[in-house]
Amino acid sequence: MTNQSTLPSAPPAQVTNVIAWVKKNLFDGWFSSLLTIGIGLWIFKITVGFVQWATTSAKWDVIPANLPLFMVGRFPSTQYWRTWIIAALLVSLGGLTWGMLTLSKEPEGNHQIGFDRNTLIGIGILAFVVVLLPLEPTPKAYILGIVGLGLGGCYLGRLGVRKVPQIGNLIGVAWFLSFFVNFWLLAGGFGLQPVGTDRWNGLLLTVFMAATSITLSFPLGIIFALGRQSSLPVVKFFSIAYIEFFRGLPLVGILFAAQVMLPLILPGDWRIDRVIRAIAGLTIFTSAYLAEAIRGGLQSIPKGQGEAASALGLNTPLSLYLIIMPQALRAVIPAMMNLFLSLFKDTSLLAVVGLVELTGISRSILANPVFLGRFAEVYLFVATIYLLCCTAMAQASKQLEVNLGVGKR
Amino acid sequence: MSTTKVPLWRDDRFWKIILQILAVILVLAIADFFLFNLRLNIARRGTNFGFDFLSSQASFDIGEFLIPFKSQDPYGKAFLVGILNSLKVMIVGVILTTFLGVAAGVANFSNNWLIRKIVSVYVNLFRNTPILLQLFFWYFTVFSNLPKIEDKIEIFGSVYLSNRGVAMPWLGDSMTAWLSLLGLFGLAIAAFLVWQQRVKIIVEQGASGQNFLFVLLGLGAAALVLFTIGLQWTFPVMGEGSKINGGLNLSAEYCAVVLALVFYTGAFVAEIVRAGIQSVDKGQWEAAKALGLNSGILMRLIIFPQALRVMIPPLTNEYLNLCKNSSLAIATGFPDVYAVSSTILNQTGRAIEIVLMIMATYLFINLVIALVMNWLNNSVQIKER
Repeated sequence: MTNQSTLPSAPPAQVTNVIAWVKKNLFDGWFSSLLTIGIGLWIFKITVGFVQWATTSAKWDVIPANLPLFMVGRFPSTQYWRTWIIAALLVSLGGLTWGMLTLSKEPEGNHQIGFDRNTLIGIGILAFVVVLLPLEPTPKAYILGIVGLGLGGCYLGRLGVRKVPQIGNLIGVAWFLSFFVNFWLLAGGFGLQPVGTDRWNGLLLTVFMAATSITLSFPLGIIFALGRQSSLPVVKFFSIAYIEFFRGLPLVGILFAAQVMLPLILPGDWRIDRVIRAIAGLTIFTSAYLAEAIRGGLQSIPKGQGEAASALGLNTPLSLYLIIMPQALRAVIPAMMNLFLSLFKDTSLLAVVGLVELTGISRSILANPVFLGRFAEVYLFVATIYLLCCTAMAQASKQLEVNLGVGKR
Repeated sequence: MSTTKVPLWRDDRFWKIILQILAVILVLAIADFFLFNLRLNIARRGTNFGFDFLSSQASFDIGEFLIPFKSQDPYGKAFLVGILNSLKVMIVGVILTTFLGVAAGVANFSNNWLIRKIVSVYVNLFRNTPILLQLFFWYFTVFSNLPKIEDKIEIFGSVYLSNRGVAMPWLGDSMTAWLSLLGLFGLAIAAFLVWQQRVKIIVEQGASGQNFLFVLLGLGAAALVLFTIGLQWTFPVMGEGSKINGGLNLSAEYCAVVLALVFYTGAFVAEIVRAGIQSVDKGQWEAAKALGLNSGILMRLIIFPQALRVMIPPLTNEYLNLCKNSSLAIATGFPDVYAVSSTILNQTGRAIEIVLMIMATYLFINLVIALVMNWLNNSVQIKER
């Protein structure tokens, strides 16, 4: 005896208009509706209060009046052209790198060299904001020029990679050489007027210290990561001692110790510059954490890779360089990016040990009796700068991951 | 097959031993270089190495202290006061961070779009700005803009907010209060055991468990009495000369440090909790919903215990970061161990000894937290047979 078979009912209709979305996401049940209404009112109150404060009682003139201080500190104003050249160099190289990274290599991907619609809209908004900034016309023209350089660099980068694919490998060399050029422009000598390191303040010092510490901590981190994995007990012991010791101390303590103790443990006539002491402290701290992150990457590689390398006759340094490290480093790019972002933000701690970088210069500006009490305006501005830089770094790292195929192969 | 002797310079074991000996020599040489210069520079400065300065009189005052401290007390006691202040920040910070981080992490999975977006904005904002900047923001813009003590903000008539800090009701300091606190702990443990027993007999014997329910209600009533009367709450009252008597007075510096640390670390903990919950197999969610469990029980009994396994090692890192970041209190003037040591260093010039003492303190706290979290980690691992 067969039952009359019931046809399966049609799936529920997917309603995709705005009302349905609101109902599902915001008012899905009494508790959710209550939360939405309560939080909505609270956000409304805060936004209205903030906008009111920002447009009426906030005195924003502290920012344009001190913009050179924020950016380059007490760099002699006759030598500002050097800082403009540094900015132009950094942005052009950054544009080139951006271009070389974002030309898609996937066969189905978008092969266009020009910018897509979203990027163009973003660039338009950026240019609009720059034009609206309350600055003198000459700096404004320079900034617009630098933005243009960045975009031109991106276009050139994509063109270059399309025509000559190997050119991407040279960008690392270009960055390395640019460090020396930037250092010469900053410090002077060899034909330029020397500028002492105590005059490097503000965003200039932040970016310089972050970039140098990141670059220096990388080889140290790799050495200690490999040392911790080593089968030689002495090397393993020293690596573990270094890593655990420097991970257990607060960064402020290490920076403080670097400023105070470094002159004591080195011969008296080696006068170590304060910026160098700070960079040493930051490098040591980050290399300990980096060693652990890279160790995670090393642990993720199957033993077969090392064994195959030995079977092919590669000795340890070659197998490390050609086989193990590329895979290990690629696997932990997110973790390393986290550390580098932390390093960038932790340069602000140098304000506590007496170096005047972005956070430190904001404290000096606030100590000026003309701008007494403008804490909120200054701190919001500085926070926005940090946010922009960190977001840019995070985006670059995500693009690098896509390019290297992290998680796909 | 005859074995030909491998020449020494191609023998692997030889190189292993030689490299290790070279490594030891290198490290010892560097250490010796540093120590030699250290001794030379110390002799040049005229101070010698030793901890005897700890018993000389400290000539500075400390703003807040948990144990009584006057400026005639020795440096050693000042250091102890700093350690206690740091512990005050760290313990409260860790507890509040856990609450905030877990709440924000779980809220990431809410059905409500608004809540998800708020958590996302919170995490991105507080992770991408430096902790020092957030500390300045809390201290200089939030707490300094609160009204003076005469025009204080009153919440529920018993919590006062002013630019001096927060004053809230707190337990009394008599024997009765301490005994009541102990009694409350005992009642909590007893209630937990009674509850376990009740669930056991309900599940195993199908009994109604009513007797145990009455016992629990009785314990609850006793706890209520102890809580309201036995603990002898003191309320902050405005005295003459704008002094606040009674209650717990938390200074603005302390509140700013704790709030900055909690919000900053809470954002990282929220991401860790989110990663932990996402690591649980999707099938677990679906099976629980198929069984008809609501989202509260689902999260508490099924998802969260499994998420804990993934969460605990990174969580340990964040707690350690919180404890190390508490050293930033020096920027607001809160006298924690780092700030006090800094003052002692400025007065005595004994850089090495003080740096060693600070390092020892932080390393010890590090060790304790790592041990506790490791024990917790081992207890949530999968028990395999």
